[in-house]
Amino acid sequence: MADRADREAGHDHAGEQSEMSRDGSDERHRGNPIVAGMTDAPNTVEQVADGLRSVGYLPGESTSLVAFLATKLGKPVLVEGPAGVGKTELAKALSRYLGRRLVRLQCYEGLDEAKALYEWNYRKQLLRIQTEADGAGWDAVQDDIFGEEFLLERPLMTAIVSPEPVVLLIDEIDKTDQEFEAMLLELLSDFQISIPELGRIEARTHPVVLLTSNNSRELTEALKRRCLYLWLDYPDIEHELEIVRLHCPELSETLARKLVEVVQFVRELDLKKPPSIAESIDWARALLLLGAEEIDGRTFRETMSVIVKHRTDLDTVAERVGVRLAPAQPQAHLGTRPAA
Amino acid sequence: MPPPGKPIFGGLPERHPGAFDGELLAFADELRGEGVAVGTSEILDSFAALEHVAWSDSSAFREALATTIAKSQEDRRVFELVFERFFFRAVEAQAVRMEVSEPQARFGSSEELDLDELRRQIARALADGSESDLRDLARLAIAAFGKGEGSGVLGVDVQRIRRALGLRTEPQPDLPEDDPRRDGIARDQLRKFEQQLRRELERELIERTAALPPKRPLSDLDRALPSGPVQDLAAVHRVVTQLKRRLATQGRELRGHTRHAHVDVRATMRASLQTGGVPVELRYRPVRPRRPEIYVLCDVSTSVTSASTFFLSVLHALHDSFRKLRSFVFIERISEVTDVFERERDFRAAAAAVSRDAGVADVSGYTDYGRVWTEFLTLIGDELHRRATVIVLGDARTNGRPPREDVFAQIAARAGRTFWLNPEPRLYWNYGDSVIAAYERHCQAFECWRTDQLEDFVKALTKPVVA
Repeated sequence: MADRADREAGHDHAGEQSEMSRDGSDERHRGNPIVAGMTDAPNTVEQVADGLRSVGYLPGESTSLVAFLATKLGKPVLVEGPAGVGKTELAKALSRYLGRRLVRLQCYEGLDEAKALYEWNYRKQLLRIQTEADGAGWDAVQDDIFGEEFLLERPLMTAIVSPEPVVLLIDEIDKTDQEFEAMLLELLSDFQISIPELGRIEARTHPVVLLTSNNSRELTEALKRRCLYLWLDYPDIEHELEIVRLHCPELSETLARKLVEVVQFVRELDLKKPPSIAESIDWARALLLLGAEEIDGRTFRETMSVIVKHRTDLDTVAERVGVRLAPAQPQAHLGTRPAA
Repeated sequence: MPPPGKPIFGGLPERHPGAFDGELLAFADELRGEGVAVGTSEILDSFAALEHVAWSDSSAFREALATTIAKSQEDRRVFELVFERFFFRAVEAQAVRMEVSEPQARFGSSEELDLDELRRQIARALADGSESDLRDLARLAIAAFGKGEGSGVLGVDVQRIRRALGLRTEPQPDLPEDDPRRDGIARDQLRKFEQQLRRELERELIERTAALPPKRPLSDLDRALPSGPVQDLAAVHRVVTQLKRRLATQGRELRGHTRHAHVDVRATMRASLQTGGVPVELRYRPVRPRRPEIYVLCDVSTSVTSASTFFLSVLHALHDSFRKLRSFVFIERISEVTDVFERERDFRAAAAAVSRDAGVADVSGYTDYGRVWTEFLTLIGDELHRRATVIVLGDARTNGRPPREDVFAQIAARAGRTFWLNPEPRLYWNYGDSVIAAYERHCQAFECWRTDQLEDFVKALTKPVVA
């Protein structure tokens, strides 16, 4: 791990950029690219790994390799894995690291072209027709109202026409229907969009595309064939410990280790919703807030709702984990809280 | 040299030493043989990706191949297995060709080794999870314990060496305090070590005989249904969720395919009235997903009990795809267990409830098919009709009792469709007291001992029909 100060600096810097990228979908920013923070395309896998670390994302080995290949080959990456292992976070980290704007398309059932690609701004078109109603011939008006001026860009379109390269995140692609997937194919293989009235619009720059999926349905072969595949799984103990320490540096080493061990054990149980990395981090923060110094039976019972979120799971976990933890110490272990 | 697989696009190119593209194509071909869909575009991608990674780094090399070729978690698992096998064999083949052999006396002869020290060292390496030492230690262990009396079967030798080393997963409290084996070795660590042992033994065998043994196809058992009573529950649930997902997507695909397939003559005639009897507009029959009424009969005698309970929980997890689902278990008599599965979502609890409450074993505990058919027919014979589906799960081993296929034929005749799922591999059918042939005349019999077979069956069961 890089030293602490360094990382902080990197983090702040990245913070600004992501701020920018958040409202970046606005037209205003199109004109002034964030060239200042732009990183050149990486040349080795190690550069990518270090770069991602410097913006606060600890990649596994295959993660950095696939990210590297994605920038090199210009192919989209399909990221699959259980909820909460950092799929979306990876895209954000990549955009911070590469200094590119993040364009995000959140998928949901019933998402259609008008919401994802482009739409004609028909109100504006109507106004235009009205002001020109007398005089101008049909041809002139038609040429006019189907111009780029009347096009409302949606995320996919934004990513394609952006003058500087972006990171395009298509989140939870498995939530859409197959028709939408088919529509994406043209975009993903050729980075172009066909608009009947305007013709083909090709990407001016090559975006890095990430698609995430929670595996709630099988994606089509055609889509998979166009992508690199990355399976993100729960990290091993050491890796997760590193992640928790990165996000909660105030937590003591021993406590963090204990926490990660418990989480890993809970994951082994047969639960409806096993705790994700996000939940270990939440738990670490909760323990910090409570000022806990040790995870014993009682602390665990009081805080386990942070990592376990199903009624039936709660019972299983309480039963199985309770016996593994030391019984509560007689002295007040939650220093700041009166005994309940 | 491994024999080239079946020809792709006019055969594999010549494989001369040093040319890697041929090797990679052969690898892709081997993956195809194991059922991974590797297209030309995947292969091109993998070539492109390999230009950007250092080949000297084995994990980067593997990941680069995996990310371009294996496009799902399942494929990835097969990929790992094939990758191991293929490149291990490729290296060995090359070694045999160049007549290179590993130095034997690297660790001295086995007399000099302190055997107890070796045991402790290996156990410690396993407990620490240090993988780099594992291979050396495996070679050492073979040098110490594996010499001379090789049984000729690798698996047997591996287990013999493991026992000689005293490595177990369960705690061994009688060992001294500082011995890492005292608390038992982690299961996956032990498995890794066994893999290394197997590999080293194989390597030695190849060196001795200077030839590669015939290639083993990936054992089907790697993908077998849970069969033991203590099974990984998570695995069961994985299968179920996967099945659910597949079922949810397949309907849509099939609806697309069969759209406009069948003209509804009556509706077309009716519509033609508007145009004076000329059928200008064709009307089609709507495609509806089949929601069958299902009666499941499951053998729960000891030989097939876990397969049955597993199958029942799968069906009940999928219950919303069916109009009606009633399940029965039998050994000597039958008993309805629909309630149990509706109440218990948990596989283990359901299995316990079935064995506790069903009361199906009368005296001997051996399956009596003849009696079961008769009881089933009297119990719900009247409810069976053309849209009902009867599924029997059992090994059709009658233990010498009369099979009464005539009664079974009556059941099959009343029900619309009858399926038989046999949890035994087809190889064993009709051997010994298995009488599946007698029943197969009246129903469709499926072999069903792997998850993909089960999946195929469920697909056939819920396939949409043109109503």
